[in-house]
Amino acid sequence: MFFTVSLYISLAIFGLGLLYKVSTWFRYTVGVEARDVPPAQRVLAFARGLTLTLFSPRILSLLKVFVLDVLLQVKVQQQDFLKWAMHMCIYYGFLLLLLMHGLDKIVSSALFSNYYPTVNPFLFLRNLFGILIIVGISIAIYRRFILRVARLRTSPMDVYAIAILAVIMISGFLLESTKITSYTKFQEMVEEYTIQANEEELRTLEAYWVAKYGVVSPEVNGPFDAETLEAGQEAHEMSCVECHSRPQWGFAGYTLSRITKPAAVLLDRANIHTILWYLHFLACFLGLAYLPFSKMFHIFTTPLSLMANAVMEKGKSDPANIATRQLLELDACMNCGTCSMQCRVGVVFEAIHNVNILPSEKIPSIKALVAGKELSANEIRIIQEGLFLCTNCYRCTVVCPAGINLQELWFNVRQNLSERGQPEFYILSPLSVYRGIVGEPSYEPDYPDPIELAIETVYPDGVPLKMLDRTLPLIPSDDGLTSKLFTSLQAKTFSYCFRCVTCTNACPVVRNYSNPSEAVGLLPHQIMHAAGMGLWDLIFSSRMLWDCLGCYQCQEHCPQDVQIVDVFYKFKNMAIERAREKLLNEKTGD
Amino acid sequence: MKFVMMRCCTTPIVLPEYEWSTNAVMEKLGIELIDVAELGCCGYPLRNISFRAHILASARNLALTEKENLDLLTVCNCCYGTLRYVDNLMKNDASIRKEVNTTLEKEGLRYEGDIQAKHILQVLYDDVGIETIRDMIVKPFDGLRIATHYGCRILRPSKVAQFDKPHFPTKFDELVEVTGAQSIEWPKKLECCGSPLWGINNELSLDLTEHKLKGAKESGADYLCVACSYCQIQFDRVQRILLIERGPGLKLPSVLYPQLLGLSLGIDGETLGLRMNKVSITDIEFFLYHRAATEA
Repeated sequence: MFFTVSLYISLAIFGLGLLYKVSTWFRYTVGVEARDVPPAQRVLAFARGLTLTLFSPRILSLLKVFVLDVLLQVKVQQQDFLKWAMHMCIYYGFLLLLLMHGLDKIVSSALFSNYYPTVNPFLFLRNLFGILIIVGISIAIYRRFILRVARLRTSPMDVYAIAILAVIMISGFLLESTKITSYTKFQEMVEEYTIQANEEELRTLEAYWVAKYGVVSPEVNGPFDAETLEAGQEAHEMSCVECHSRPQWGFAGYTLSRITKPAAVLLDRANIHTILWYLHFLACFLGLAYLPFSKMFHIFTTPLSLMANAVMEKGKSDPANIATRQLLELDACMNCGTCSMQCRVGVVFEAIHNVNILPSEKIPSIKALVAGKELSANEIRIIQEGLFLCTNCYRCTVVCPAGINLQELWFNVRQNLSERGQPEFYILSPLSVYRGIVGEPSYEPDYPDPIELAIETVYPDGVPLKMLDRTLPLIPSDDGLTSKLFTSLQAKTFSYCFRCVTCTNACPVVRNYSNPSEAVGLLPHQIMHAAGMGLWDLIFSSRMLWDCLGCYQCQEHCPQDVQIVDVFYKFKNMAIERAREKLLNEKTGD
Repeated sequence: MKFVMMRCCTTPIVLPEYEWSTNAVMEKLGIELIDVAELGCCGYPLRNISFRAHILASARNLALTEKENLDLLTVCNCCYGTLRYVDNLMKNDASIRKEVNTTLEKEGLRYEGDIQAKHILQVLYDDVGIETIRDMIVKPFDGLRIATHYGCRILRPSKVAQFDKPHFPTKFDELVEVTGAQSIEWPKKLECCGSPLWGINNELSLDLTEHKLKGAKESGADYLCVACSYCQIQFDRVQRILLIERGPGLKLPSVLYPQLLGLSLGIDGETLGLRMNKVSITDIEFFLYHRAATEA
């Protein structure tokens, strides 16, 4: 009764959770394209797209992906054999155990007329599948906690998943082992299943079961004489053998039962097998109810993501469906970390400790953004930095075993973030070349151009110094910045400058304009002079720093060996540092 | 000869023909290229914001290469300049070396400074040699005028690059001429292509590219020739955008050096990815057949 009620409760929670999750795929958006499409229309677009795909040659792609990537997981095997082996063990072990054992009343009993949990092959297979899962979990623990692979991060979700699985499996094996030894259980079964047996026959049956079937009786103990055992075997064959293969076939549970044998009687009196039974099925039901909110949801979402991405393409598929797919993809990520381990700028995380640099950690941040979670300006900047610190090399997308089109996700979220109006400094670097190639995304007219926003944030007064008619104090404030230059690897040669104008004359950017001062403000030699005079506001207000190509013409021509480009890099680094500090201090009033 | 191949972040997706043609030419010349899957970004784009991140990224690549006991071959000028700059730092500055190695040791890596980063032009000129290449040319060009574009970081800063004379370089010109093409003189030859500002200040970037194209065209060039991923992206993909925005009269297609050399070595155009260029260069094959026809 309790079992049934708790089953239905957990099924209900599971169902509601599933419905809620699926609804988010049609209600939220990433990016700007399908933002104004109402959920109902998105559901219709999905239905249309699905029907069109299923009744077209593309169904073959779906099948191919299903076999290669969902069933065989060829992609994972190609990258990392240990990970593939681990996942295969857990995946197939659990699937088969669930079908054969968990759902035995629906599946096994229907397929096999002779089904009984304690008879072969089911007894053996149950143990085999269970051990497969234990092997898989062990490899998982080994990889995450002992091997310490670089940039493989473990989140609480990973721990919960491993924990629930471990509880289910361990309680299951212990349950089997305590049932093997349980005298109470033996007596129950005898009462229910022996027909027309007298005292003598029951005694021999008990002897047989203690000798051959691992029962631990508080009354009788071996060794038994041959006659008793023969008689017991006869009784056994009449009443028990149809449903009971030798328990040694349940090798894991049997081995455990031999270990617990010394305490078996005590455990039996404490009704341990009933307690374990409750623990076992409650853990299963907890896992079931929690599933849509846990890492295990990927059981459904990852195959869907793999198949959807096999037949969808930007430009060809309905933008509404792409938006829906992207929300599905956020749930299809199971934090395996392959993308982070392969990310070409992954190592930068060791220098800039922003976890959002790692692709797998961008996903939880994007989920928070999409769900409309309240985030402070600083939190948004941190997420944004991670999203823009990316070379757009596509490697994460190519290696993702869930088939998620990560690159498209990043592009779309960047659009959303740019609209929040937080300056992004990584945009002021050649990482932007990709933005230039794929074209500017369409911004709402009210939102500032991200490049201008970033540069304006860097300028101390928010404006560039182009007009040279400002009055500045001749004695600059000593903020220690000039002394920093002397110890800077990049900038220490700045003091060799003897005020010729060669660098400016060599600069291709300067020579591009008929009125360079108007276009770029302070010219290269003027920036160097400003450094010499400690006029830092002038330097940080200069547009030229951000128009510098880094072509090294100036540095190559400098007669004093001033490493001008390297000095400018230092100025850029310092300017951004200051801008960041200013932003942090501004917002502490929040 | 064996090298670890440094694959630029941009090439596999945006410029696959550079990889194909390099692979084909290296195979023909008997140079083995080893792929180390763990190689990452060289760090060049990060320097504007974080000096330390850029050093770490480059040093990690050097450490991974040192593990193979080989030198690192790169086909991109920016990678070359950055890797050599960081390599110098790691070799000469003990405190940087210590700091970086402490971080790299977390993933079982260390860099002791035993290898070199080399550019493809450097390997072809210094390690293979002009004469060896000349002996292997089977289909020389005839009447082809090339505007050779060195790019910035392979020449400057000369203390780091150490490839050729920074103000009067000749090596790339010689490599172009060994294929039978003529490497012409042209203004703005040693100027930057404009790529570093693309995406940041598009107008300025296109201005610089326009100057280069005009200078080369006015000097009678048939094609530009480059040996850098970013330069080719600028003269190919971005040139397309330039032509749409500023007029088709500026058009001057750009060929990658491995594509040029590959054709004269007898490798077919399909293998070299000639069809992949966004500003078409397939007509360059006419300059090959010209000689074959007159000799028939």
